[in-house]
Amino acid sequence: MTRRTLLTLVTMGLLAVLPPVFYLTGNPFYLDLATRLTILAIAAVSLNLILGYGGLVSFGHAAYLGLGAYAVGIPAHHWLYGGLEGIGLNTTSGLVQIPLAVAVCALFALVTGAICLRTKGVYFIMITMAFAQMVYYAIVSIEEYGGDDGLVIDSRSELPGISLDDPLQLFALSYVGLVVAMGLVRMIVNSRFGMVLQGAKGNNERVVMLGLNTYAFRLTAYVVSGAIAGFAGALLGNFTTFISPEMMDWTRSGELMFMVILGGATTSAGPVLGAAAFILLEEALSSLTVYWHLPFGLLLIAVVLFGKGGLVGLLSRREGGK
Amino acid sequence: MDLSLLVIQTLNGLQLGLLLFLVASGLTLVFGILDFVNLAHASLYMVGAFICATLTFALGNFLLAVLVALPITAAIGWAIERFVARPLYARDHLDHVLATFGLILVMETLAHMIWGPQGIAVPLPAWLNGQVALSETLVIPSFRLVIIGAGLAAAGGLFWLVNYTRLGMLIRAGASNRVMVGALGINIEMLFGLVFALGAALAGLAGMLVAPITEASIGMGNNVIITAFVVIIVGGIGSMKGAFIAALLIGLIDTLGRAFLDDLFKLFMSSAAAETSAPAISAMLIYIIMALVLAIRPQGLFPPKVR
Repeated sequence: MTRRTLLTLVTMGLLAVLPPVFYLTGNPFYLDLATRLTILAIAAVSLNLILGYGGLVSFGHAAYLGLGAYAVGIPAHHWLYGGLEGIGLNTTSGLVQIPLAVAVCALFALVTGAICLRTKGVYFIMITMAFAQMVYYAIVSIEEYGGDDGLVIDSRSELPGISLDDPLQLFALSYVGLVVAMGLVRMIVNSRFGMVLQGAKGNNERVVMLGLNTYAFRLTAYVVSGAIAGFAGALLGNFTTFISPEMMDWTRSGELMFMVILGGATTSAGPVLGAAAFILLEEALSSLTVYWHLPFGLLLIAVVLFGKGGLVGLLSRREGGK
Repeated sequence: MDLSLLVIQTLNGLQLGLLLFLVASGLTLVFGILDFVNLAHASLYMVGAFICATLTFALGNFLLAVLVALPITAAIGWAIERFVARPLYARDHLDHVLATFGLILVMETLAHMIWGPQGIAVPLPAWLNGQVALSETLVIPSFRLVIIGAGLAAAGGLFWLVNYTRLGMLIRAGASNRVMVGALGINIEMLFGLVFALGAALAGLAGMLVAPITEASIGMGNNVIITAFVVIIVGGIGSMKGAFIAALLIGLIDTLGRAFLDDLFKLFMSSAAAETSAPAISAMLIYIIMALVLAIRPQGLFPPKVR
């Protein structure tokens, strides 16, 4: 077993055991922290697929979190206040909401990705961000769903057999979601599809010359990534029960990118470690001082300047572990 | 819609466009020559506004404050180039984005520590605070004309600098092929520092011009930077001409869209539908335009010839 595999197993093991222990020993706050961390880790894992393995620097990933959350919030809103009965979107059923979140995000990724992927380099970074801003402003201007003020989700998604009102069950669902997302991304990356994706990152022209349509491969990865992030968004909506356009602000997309890089892109454990380090640091620093953004920003700069490989690189560097 | 409203909104759009140009020109200069993506560019816009606000109270004169604040903002830009940007030139754009994102957090928190969480309103001298009557129904604040004038003057000065001076020649040469410029014995590091400082001063100027209308506040740069990026992408990254035309275009479209889109929509849909959809569409309009431009011309409207 390589050090990296061991690291992944230890990380996921700790994440599975510690939060419930904290909860059962009377520290429910730490369970909440872990749930948030786990949900954001799912988004970071999905971003890692395109940013890390695909080399596609998407600067608009928070939009998928937001769209996923609103796919829970809007049907719940209509369930309470009426409207949308005709298309059946006045429901609190998670069996409708969660597939809706995934489908909406996949569709959004398909349409925007088809345009974004025609560009490259800094144009790609900026156009992905521009589409996220479009969603942001669209939600801000829809008054029925709270606009700028956000939307309260009065009732969480109802799923057969589990109650998301129980923090422990919500955490468990998020954790299982994270494991599935990691497994899915790992499977994709190790498949022929993943090889093409990574080959196109290294040298797109060469892969094209081999007769492969890298545009289609990239677009598929982009859609898969968006769909997973949409799932994370649906969980996030259920977790916070209050959603607002602020959650898809461009700075949120920047934070997701930071999580991936901090943990270590193109690794399994990287996005999870990155999300964990991000959330825990944010929590620790913000409890110390209102000026916590200062050390946080300095840390970000330092990680970029000196920390190649992220936390995974740091923790598995000795023995030259792969 | 009546004519005077149209004139006023066009002037507002022009003003927004020129302010955007001041921010975008520095951004496009830095990207074109240094190949560096600087998200923190708008932090200089914010810093310029704050320094100007402090100096206005200290010196008692807005104009004097602007003149003193400009070199200070340029010096801050120079320091950022020296200590944050320079180690990153050899890295990819992702690292630029992340590091300058961190820089935004640092600059905003520093501004928070120095100037406090509240915004600072900047008082104008009486002779700038009046109104100009263009006709009987058409009255506009004279400071808006000052902004338009200052923006045009800065654009003209920049045009002269880039096209008719030795420094401008080096800047253009650096944008085409910086290795060659270095090989010809030009101190390329000095040139990069100067370009960064110039961009900082331009962004700072935009912040100083805006401060008396809005106020100097912590988050003021966050929306501007995104719009400025839209401008340089629509215009073609690295192109000064593209930045100028795109800035005016985006400024006018955004302002006129917000003002008149609902009237336009009412021509072909029910007024209830128009009133709900127009605000959403007008807020998204510049991003829709950017997406359209990139879908048709992925390199922007006026891509620089050599890249």
